Amino acid sequence: MLLQVPPAHVPAGIQESAAFDWMWWIPFLPLVASAVCGLLHFMTLRQRAAKNPRPVDTHGHDDHGHSGHGHDDHGAAAHAVHDDAHGHADDGHAKVAPGIGALAPWVAALSMLAAFGLAIHGWMTLGHLEASARFLRSSAWDWISAGSLSITIAMHLDPLSSVMSLVVTGIGSLIFIYAAGYMSGDKGYAKFFAYMSLFAFSMLMLVMSSSLLGLFIGWEGVGLCSYLLIGFWYEKGWPAEAGQKAFIMNRIGDACFLLGTFLLVRVFGSLDMSAIAAGVPGKLVDGLATPELFWAGLLLFGGACGKSAQIPLFTWLPDAMAGPTPVSALIHAATMVTAGVYLVVRLNPLFAASPDLLAIMGVVAALTAFVAGSTALVQRDIKKVLAYSTVSQLGYMFLGLSTGAWAAAIFHLVTHAFFKALLFLGAGSVIHGMHEEQDMHKMGGLKKYMPRTFITFLCGAAALSGLPLMSGFFSKDEILGHAFAHGGLYRALWGVGIITAAMTAYYTWRMVALTFFGTERFDTHKVHPHESPAVMTLPLMVLAFLSLVGGLLGLPPVTGATHILEKWLEPVTRTGTEILARHGEHELGHDAEWVLLGLGAAVALYFAHLGFKNYKVGKQLDESITVGTPRTAAFLADAWTIDTKYTRWIVQPIKLIAFVIAVVVDQFAIDGLVNGVAALARDIGQRWRRMSDGQIATYGLWMGAFTALIAILLMWKS
Amino acid sequence: MTVPAEHMLVLAAILFAIGAAGFFLRRNVIVVLMCIELMLNAANLSLLAASRMHTLEAGVTAPSLEGPLFAIFVIVIAAVEAAVGLALVIALYRNRQSVNLEDVAELKD
Repeated sequence: MLLQVPPAHVPAGIQESAAFDWMWWIPFLPLVASAVCGLLHFMTLRQRAAKNPRPVDTHGHDDHGHSGHGHDDHGAAAHAVHDDAHGHADDGHAKVAPGIGALAPWVAALSMLAAFGLAIHGWMTLGHLEASARFLRSSAWDWISAGSLSITIAMHLDPLSSVMSLVVTGIGSLIFIYAAGYMSGDKGYAKFFAYMSLFAFSMLMLVMSSSLLGLFIGWEGVGLCSYLLIGFWYEKGWPAEAGQKAFIMNRIGDACFLLGTFLLVRVFGSLDMSAIAAGVPGKLVDGLATPELFWAGLLLFGGACGKSAQIPLFTWLPDAMAGPTPVSALIHAATMVTAGVYLVVRLNPLFAASPDLLAIMGVVAALTAFVAGSTALVQRDIKKVLAYSTVSQLGYMFLGLSTGAWAAAIFHLVTHAFFKALLFLGAGSVIHGMHEEQDMHKMGGLKKYMPRTFITFLCGAAALSGLPLMSGFFSKDEILGHAFAHGGLYRALWGVGIITAAMTAYYTWRMVALTFFGTERFDTHKVHPHESPAVMTLPLMVLAFLSLVGGLLGLPPVTGATHILEKWLEPVTRTGTEILARHGEHELGHDAEWVLLGLGAAVALYFAHLGFKNYKVGKQLDESITVGTPRTAAFLADAWTIDTKYTRWIVQPIKLIAFVIAVVVDQFAIDGLVNGVAALARDIGQRWRRMSDGQIATYGLWMGAFTALIAILLMWKS
Repeated sequence: MTVPAEHMLVLAAILFAIGAAGFFLRRNVIVVLMCIELMLNAANLSLLAASRMHTLEAGVTAPSLEGPLFAIFVIVIAAVEAAVGLALVIALYRNRQSVNLEDVAELKD
């Protein structure tokens, strides 16, 4: 694009042309918007400072007085965090006139819509081509060229990145519009859109880069924006710490990712993902991956575990709810956390080639889905329910991947993006209407106050719980069907999956009942719930529509319909599917498929009903009716105490080591050495200064003595 | 009759010793300067002696001029040094009303 240098390596079967330069605008429009919004924020601050010569944030200082420490376990103690949040809520939303920053949402949303338009254009361009020719590339320049390794900065558009870019820009646009209403009055209004646009840029780089290095740039970029946005209300203290936690836990995964990348360079001599995917079959021994490929895949999966919040690196996602709700919807539900799924699908032959790796992935995924699902059963904070639900649903996606159901995982990714974004935005609308209240125990009966939010939320809940014919029903049952068909270990994972499906239905409708039904459990004289403005409810309606009809993308073949998404993704997933097919086909009979569909529908309906029935009267029946004993409930509420154990067994020892290093190694040894050398020099100086007493005779004596010494030495030597 | 070079060297050593002793032991700046002159002249004398010894040893009749040449340089430098040194002594006396070296120890510490 910038320098028309012919790229060194374009894998076969990919069209490379300057005619595709428009692809660059998909990520770069949000980048431009980000810069403009940043400028607007700067101008707003100048404007404010001119109007108000005193420091603008005088009220900010009292807030962090007690929050500088002692919040290490806030992830574990969800309720404590929540109370804390409530205490600060007013400060976080002190209404401030936006000034010129009011332009920011326009800039951001319009650029996202334009990017969405371009993504549609890309999708249609691909649609006009032969299925096997749907790989377009626009190269900019050779970034790194060392020996045989050459890394080109290039945009890559194929069916998979097309789907991802549509999801990111489409849902992103809706969330930007919503955020224009949700964030109004915030003193960082323009800054928020700057960060969000920067996130959109990074995410689009992630899904459209041709090489793993370009993907990694986006990967780190979304991590950075996630950190910035989780800690957006950093003055409260604990969001800043939640941001750090997310950042650090992601670093663990990123280290794995990088190591996996290095291994891939070693094996393939290239970081071009198309080249790697195409090169895997040639590197196999007896149709199986070599240990190097296995480790590369495992390490990349480790990176995916960090970004996509799988066990053991999932504990940051619930804490990430400290960010503003549109952030939770866009980053921590719809897009960024699905990056790991995207990565696995992108490199599907690598994973398909080692059944052991797939089994590890399947076990991790099922375990994550189950643990997070059961935790969501007893959460009181509406956003925590959705957060654990997201972790659980991501587990479903990885379960699908572990059975080689690449298209099913992407299908669930897409439908989940629809309904989880909807649910988060709906929850945001509720929180907004309830004056920053997040505790469902203090809600109830909201359906008459906010009817539009209620109806749309119902659509999202129906889709998430997998009620028949909703989008979540088809995507979830497709994944479970694949797991069932695989047999063996996967049959057990299917069992875990169906239990998780039951829990999903249960906690979803518990949430609906606690929030919208029953009696008002808040002081109706003080709190006046109100419907959110149209700018917020309109995106909800669009998403509700998508949640309802999203299932059309992947109707089960047994019904005679075409699985649109599977057919669309076939050029990308073909290699992996072929490798898997060598280990044996797994096809379900039609009868079995109908039975599974029916079972899924029945489980969803029964448990949705149960969850709703148990909680429609209010909170008094809470945990005991769900999980038996308060002890179990506390265990579950703490996410199986995993985070507490991390704090105790990993964080505390590391802090202890850090303390030891700070005191013993740094202060004692290193500082001691440095100060010791200085003291030694000073001491020697103190003694030797007596030599210069100001008497010429003394100086002369020294001079003469040493001259004589040198003379004697010279005579003695000769 | 020629004075043997050895005698000249012995005289130079005695002159140098007297100059050095005066330099180390006396406190009067003028005396110290004079002692420095004495040492320089001792050095001149030893240069001349060495020049003569060299001429005789090599068996050449023409006297070597290297030694006297050095001596002349040293005399010139010594004259300059004496001029500067005496100017410093006068400046010192104007400031301190003293030419005692023990009173001039500003560089101590």
